[in-house]
Amino acid sequence: MDKFIRLTAAACPLDVANLNTDQLLPARFLKLPRSAGLGAVLLHDLRFDADGRERPNFPLNQPAWRDARIVVGARNFGCGSSREAAVYALYDYGIRCVIAPSFGDIFAGNAVQNGLLTAIVSDDEAAALVAMLGEKPSQPLTVDLEQQTIQCSNRTFLFAIDPVRRTRLLNGWDNIALTDSYMDKIAAFKTADRARRPWAMPCH
Amino acid sequence: MNAPLTLFDKLWVAHEIVRREDGEALLWVDRHYVHEGSFNAFSKLKARGAQVAEPGLTFGVADHYVPTRGSRRAIDNPDIARMVHTLEENTAEHGIPLFGLDDPRQGIVHVVGPEQGLTLPGLLIVCGDSHTSTHGALGAYAFGIGASEVAHVLTTQTLCQRKPKRMRIIVNGYLGPGIAAKDLVLAIIARISADGATGHAVEFGGSAIRALSMEGRLTLCNMSIEAGARSGMIAPDETTFEYVKGRPYAPKGAAFEQALEAWSALTTDDGAEFDREVELDAADIAPIVTWGTSPQDALPIDASVPDPAREPDAARAKYLREALDYMGLMPGTKLANIAIDRIFIGSCTNARIEDLRAAAAVLAGRASKVPGLVSPGSSAVKRQAEEEGLDRIFRDAGLEWGESGCSMCVGINGDVVGPGERCASTTNRNFRGRQGPGARTHLMSPAMAAAAAVTGTLTDVRPLLAGRKV
Repeated sequence: MDKFIRLTAAACPLDVANLNTDQLLPARFLKLPRSAGLGAVLLHDLRFDADGRERPNFPLNQPAWRDARIVVGARNFGCGSSREAAVYALYDYGIRCVIAPSFGDIFAGNAVQNGLLTAIVSDDEAAALVAMLGEKPSQPLTVDLEQQTIQCSNRTFLFAIDPVRRTRLLNGWDNIALTDSYMDKIAAFKTADRARRPWAMPCH
Repeated sequence: MNAPLTLFDKLWVAHEIVRREDGEALLWVDRHYVHEGSFNAFSKLKARGAQVAEPGLTFGVADHYVPTRGSRRAIDNPDIARMVHTLEENTAEHGIPLFGLDDPRQGIVHVVGPEQGLTLPGLLIVCGDSHTSTHGALGAYAFGIGASEVAHVLTTQTLCQRKPKRMRIIVNGYLGPGIAAKDLVLAIIARISADGATGHAVEFGGSAIRALSMEGRLTLCNMSIEAGARSGMIAPDETTFEYVKGRPYAPKGAAFEQALEAWSALTTDDGAEFDREVELDAADIAPIVTWGTSPQDALPIDASVPDPAREPDAARAKYLREALDYMGLMPGTKLANIAIDRIFIGSCTNARIEDLRAAAAVLAGRASKVPGLVSPGSSAVKRQAEEEGLDRIFRDAGLEWGESGCSMCVGINGDVVGPGERCASTTNRNFRGRQGPGARTHLMSPAMAAAAAVTGTLTDVRPLLAGRKV
């Protein structure tokens, strides 16, 4: 997994509350393998009309934001389905950081597994960032995970993230490798648990 | 004396293998359900050259892509057929039991788990599907996970988690006649909003919850995720024990007695603290439908569609305008005047036998004014419904009686609501395009969907139940 330390890039506002994973990656694309290029179908039905033409008003289709690597969203970003492919689609499009007042729990968990930073700011701060990007679309944001700051023009915002997730993103750590170091403890738990809760095994 | 604990605290402690210095815990997983969508995780396993740690605690169910209309095996779309076959290959390769397309136990994973006695009180259950919260209805800690976490569980039978906060939702009093668990959960989501329980494990309690059948509890916990809660749970009681007893994979004989003793302790102690508590009165709850594009956009059937022009908050007004624009609704329209194009009765939320009985009670001897599909939640539910003659009631009303699967809830098996079509649906998500590109979904209970079929509009089911046995 790639590390996330600091990024300066164009930021696209997606000021839609409850932007769920069905929007980020419509379910009919879920059978595509990641190698098929999920970035091309990110936000497909909001980016494209029924005939496959770009909707010119959609932020990600506007020249200043086409190559955005940061998204500024609204409340409950990534709510809904557990599909990790919603994160793949964002990441493969080139997005490395989503800033929002709150995230769906499963989405935020999936994001950290793939090196995508979910940065939490207040409702007012998210609205301020959206307004600043609206006034000057091409201004880049700088997101610094070590400092937990977002720099936009001459303003600096602090963001929140779970400290464990922060450490993992800064180091590009993989969870399975970490758990492998606990194999003895897992085996001991299993033995004791089978004695303590024999009914927990499927009976057949 | 030990400090009083919540039900959730007890479930958490029983599964904690180690609490790491960084505050995250490694948790033991008792049951892991996989489905066609788990192919990403199996690919990760293959890439690492890893094996499944506990194939005996892992169960595969074909549900997301299986055909629910017409022939089960003749899948026209090769990409959809491949999804079903890949699950068969992956489970066979790793020795994982599979309830596949032709298995009499096949069905929607969240219907099958409890039905087969795989889901039990006191267990930690995960699945790569957000509606895994369903299984908390039996007093389990159950939550949805993504593909990386599925791969982690397959490889280690454990999961790393930070302990969520605790929330309790108390529902006092009793639901009125014709009011279902679906109305209750939509009322809760409307009250606390679609992210009202984010970061929390929710316990439901109070007299109205105790009075719910097991099936009603499954509906309630199923939609906890639509309020942001990764898990919802209800302390097990006589209703639970009665439901579990005798199911194929449930403990039997002396083991069942031992289990009962352990399960009886799975309650929240007096004085245990929650991070947040919400109380509702069940008597205030009327039949509810959604009008917008989030489950929180829910109102009693006698209400009207909101008017953005009367909304003082600019952000909220914008949200309302966009939702109404997608839904093709004029501000102020009475909900009961909204004509529908079709109905769908199915999904992990509302396709159990009681749901089908509730819909059939409304439809018996009546015709549907619109086309519709009834997809039972499992092959076992289908057989039971046919034994009870419910399929005949649906067919006689002009509805299609289908097979079990996720079907038109998510539309990835090819059964979709057409662009611009308005569907009265017993499913869980009215998101844009959820039932198909451009589809317009109104969520409601099975009885309310049946009532909408009878009148061709969203309507209050209660007058249609007058003089009927329900």
